Amino acid sequence: MKYPELTDRPSLARSLPMQDERNGGRGQGRKVAQAATVLVAGSMMLAGCISVNAPDKPIVIELNINIKQEVIYGLAEDAQKTIDQNKDIF
Amino acid sequence: MPARSILFRGCAALALGVAVFATAAVAQQRDPAYAAARAAGTIGEKMDGYLGFVGNPSPDVKRVVDDLNIKRKAVYAQQAQAQHATVEEYAFTSGCLAIARTVPGEKYQAPDGSWQTRGSGAPQRDARCP
Repeated sequence: MKYPELTDRPSLARSLPMQDERNGGRGQGRKVAQAATVLVAGSMMLAGCISVNAPDKPIVIELNINIKQEVIYGLAEDAQKTIDQNKDIF
Repeated sequence: MPARSILFRGCAALALGVAVFATAAVAQQRDPAYAAARAAGTIGEKMDGYLGFVGNPSPDVKRVVDDLNIKRKAVYAQQAQAQHATVEEYAFTSGCLAIARTVPGEKYQAPDGSWQTRGSGAPQRDARCP
């Protein structure tokens, strides 16, 4: 008796990558690929199209001056009165 | 109310007013020791709104100036609170004005920190001064 059989069938699956990501398989392959990408990108950056260096001196933004001048102008009138009213100590 | 009582109260109020006015007038004059030290240039107006010593002060001058600076600080603190500013901001503003009000011969602190004698022209002041 002849058994019906599919011709040219693929070989049986020997691993279940979807069930077995923790111990290797497709998941590990993806991580390796990502690591490779990072490495390639990193080496391209190191090869140096643009290099950005941190400045030696600290960046100082002097906001103090502008704020203070505004404040001083706002206080000037009141301070004049205060000095006029306290001539004994000025 | 009897007329005499009203008259008495009026006189009392007048006397009280005169007394208050006289006290205020006395309080508005510089202490002679302070005035003398200013004129002599042993003390000067600093940029921060307080008085400073140009050289080594005598104990008397030091006591008078320390007392004045404490009084100034009290006034600055009170006014700064009313104006919603910091004491330092109010004191600095007052310092600008106090330096502007110095008369020729008196000492003041220039923006570089040095003591200068006020001449006939305008004093050297911080760029932020009004």
